[in-house]
Amino acid sequence: MISFSVNGKPVKVDADPGTPLLWIIRDTLHMTGTKYGCGIAQCGACTVHLDGNAIRSCVTPVSMVSGKNVNTIEGLSETSIGKTVQNAWKDIDVPQCGYCQSGQIMAATALLSKNPHPTDAQIASAMDGILCRCGTYNRIRSAIQKASEKLGDTK
Amino acid sequence: MNRPIAPSPSRRKFIKDSTVLISGLVIGFYLPMKSGRAFAESMQSKTVYPPNAFIRIGSDESVTIILNKSEMGQGVYTSLPMLIAEELEADWSKISVESAPVAAVYNHTGFGMQLTGGSSSIPSSWEQLRKVGACARILLIRAGATTWNVPEDECFAEASFVIHRQTNRKLSYGSLAAAASKLALPENVTLKDPKDFKLIGKATKRLDTPLKINGSAQFGLDVYLPGMLTVLVARSPSFGGKLMRFDATEAKKIAGVEGVYPFENKIAVAASGFWPAKTARDLLEIEWDETAGSELTTSKMRADYLALAKTEGNIAVSIGDASGKINQSFKTVTAEYELPYLAHAAMEPLNVVVDLRKDACTIWTGTQSQTMDRAMAAKIADLKPEQVEIHTTFLGGGFGRRANPRSDFVMEAVQVAKLIGKPVKVVWTREDDTRGGYYRPMWADHIEAGIDAEGRPLTWKHTIVGQSIVADTPFEAFLTKNGIDSTSVEGAIAMPYSIPNLEVSLHSPKNAVTVQWWRSVGHSHTAFVVETMMDELAYLAGKDPIEYRLSLLSPDSRYRGVLQLVAEKANWNQNKLPQGHAIGVAVHQSFESYVAQVAEISLENGKVRVHRIVSAVDCGIAINPDGIHQQIEGAIVYGLSAALHGEITLEKGKVVQSNFNDYPPLRFSEMPSIEVHIVQSNQPPTGIGEPGTPPVAPAIANAVFALTGKRLRRMPFDQEAFG
Ligand code: FES
Ligand code: FES
Repeated sequence: MISFSVNGKPVKVDADPGTPLLWIIRDTLHMTGTKYGCGIAQCGACTVHLDGNAIRSCVTPVSMVSGKNVNTIEGLSETSIGKTVQNAWKDIDVPQCGYCQSGQIMAATALLSKNPHPTDAQIASAMDGILCRCGTYNRIRSAIQKASEKLGDTK
Repeated sequence: MNRPIAPSPSRRKFIKDSTVLISGLVIGFYLPMKSGRAFAESMQSKTVYPPNAFIRIGSDESVTIILNKSEMGQGVYTSLPMLIAEELEADWSKISVESAPVAAVYNHTGFGMQLTGGSSSIPSSWEQLRKVGACARILLIRAGATTWNVPEDECFAEASFVIHRQTNRKLSYGSLAAAASKLALPENVTLKDPKDFKLIGKATKRLDTPLKINGSAQFGLDVYLPGMLTVLVARSPSFGGKLMRFDATEAKKIAGVEGVYPFENKIAVAASGFWPAKTARDLLEIEWDETAGSELTTSKMRADYLALAKTEGNIAVSIGDASGKINQSFKTVTAEYELPYLAHAAMEPLNVVVDLRKDACTIWTGTQSQTMDRAMAAKIADLKPEQVEIHTTFLGGGFGRRANPRSDFVMEAVQVAKLIGKPVKVVWTREDDTRGGYYRPMWADHIEAGIDAEGRPLTWKHTIVGQSIVADTPFEAFLTKNGIDSTSVEGAIAMPYSIPNLEVSLHSPKNAVTVQWWRSVGHSHTAFVVETMMDELAYLAGKDPIEYRLSLLSPDSRYRGVLQLVAEKANWNQNKLPQGHAIGVAVHQSFESYVAQVAEISLENGKVRVHRIVSAVDCGIAINPDGIHQQIEGAIVYGLSAALHGEITLEKGKVVQSNFNDYPPLRFSEMPSIEVHIVQSNQPPTGIGEPGTPPVAPAIANAVFALTGKRLRRMPFDQEAFG
């Protein structure tokens, strides 16, 4: 049994410890907001937060999250920064097909949590690992900038 | 937390066969009915009143639009409801959307089947859905007038209310829907004058955005059924490969594995979830006979194609004497072009959920091609098409791949379900998706062109070599004439420029590589060839590339508007570019829409870097301007990925690329700034999902020439190293 928390709720799973966290989240916990895109840390569709850091859940064995806090897109609106990012996404109307957007939003939120006023270069480096085949990148940048403005001078 | 997830079944009713034809308008009646097998009955509690197959108005004032087009990012779940709501006079905040089941009433008005493709959702629905909305509005007004016992023409509709003008009495749509649904359909409907549009033409937020920012939008991969197994399939690694023998001993030892099933030259591995299925599939020891594909190696195929391109093919168009005029030309240019196979690489890998029972089959998948997929599923399952139900989920990108003329992924999933006898979710890994067949064809072109003493094109002889995407499919009969697949030559034969001697011929070699439409289809190839060659002719003539094109267009050509707009917005004439930057232009018409682009580039570390793309588009009446911006932005990024990086190559019948590491879409840090400008128009709306892609590569190549004097005639441009 491996115990950890997901969006603040404790979970216990009985799984092969090598199973990627992504498939525990999806196939065991049936939380489907976190997506599979590549399985090899190339696309970022599977991005979740592990103790506040953005990680690729497709290459993170579930054994590694034992005792830690995992946050997924489903729990994002419970944080004020998450809500701010989601609202910016709505204002700019970022998504097209939407499949990559959970990963984009999780990566953007992790960035803004650590650095509420990132430069363009910092945005690009934080977001470069998250692919969007629909090409929403420029709107993603605008939404991150918008969220950053809303976050005010916290740092 | 271990709750089974019931997919939110999008409907619990069947369509009665009561489709009626009134003044050319097909309307079917929905009757609320329980489906044989519903997972949840919660929606049953809310009584619904159906004015027609596309609209359901609830007593709670909800207006549900049932859509027959698949939402794959192109925004149809917003733009199509706008067409209905405009005429229905519905309160936009009350609109929600549901995907249609498969039924004749939902057929594409042009294709005669349910299909999302060809950038045709808006143009094919433009009349139809406005009439649907108008019909429902008329019935609601009639119901209101009857209630008050006043003449109908004293009443009007606004924001989901019927209002009696004289007394200012109001009745809501929700309260009138039941009465309205009992009325006979109107004989005639008059549509609004465009100047009275309230919604059409306004930048409108997407209705699906709220679902796509919190993880709740349901894609095919997100469907979980009770008792369902996840299945991965081992397919031949080479085209035409044969399964000789396999050993599943190690695979079967993996916990969670339920079985290993060979079928049709493939092997299905069924397990409790993706990970055990993948682990087990990786452990299969399989021997394939790969001799059939051994001739398929890209370098050899290229050489063959280029040799073929030097010989005349089947004539697609011939005006004047293209060959004869070469010798009479003032100056000539000859060029060869090479374009690779391309994978669609939608972010959501292919997947299908199938629940097959004795007398029924239910499928959940993100498909663009419901009618054909249903027919194929019925054939495999030995059922009638009516016994197969398809739930169209959101599509994590389509780009054509999810409208497969052979229904490949649906067919395979039903075969698997039949084999296993339990509900299954067949999942393709990214590697499966990249290698699993169906590519934009590889192309080679040869052009010989000449200009006269004034610099005008005198002759243009173009030979195209590439597989037909419709050969041996049900589309062949419609799209091939006299041996010419129209999708192979589109964008190359109807030249907008005045060229007195023109010949385009086509070779369609056959091989075992499976090919298919890919965002913008033939135009993804022909625009590159034609527009870079036009640029060559402009330079040969010593003319400005935009001036040159304008001088060759007829006075009423819609190409002019986009060229002039893009020249103005990109500051073409007095462009003060940073040192080391250059600009190039291209213009192309596809899916009846016109797009011109100016690309600004430089070289960074010997590679092309794109800084800015300014785009002008004429797609007729702009339904949702922000949606048009989104589509052009997205189509440009799709075009950039192909122009700079995209290439699928073969080695002895095997696809070399596997995942995003070796088939890399454009990343965030590579993004240019993008500007989109819409030409004001009162023409009927035309396609928007695809037309932004074709001009990208030629605009970049032309900019590279302006900077370096080097012509790029091979895609992708990553292959070129600049010193
Ligand atoms: S699925 Fe994890 S990075 Fe692509
Ligand atoms: S919105 Fe479709 S992949 Fe990003």
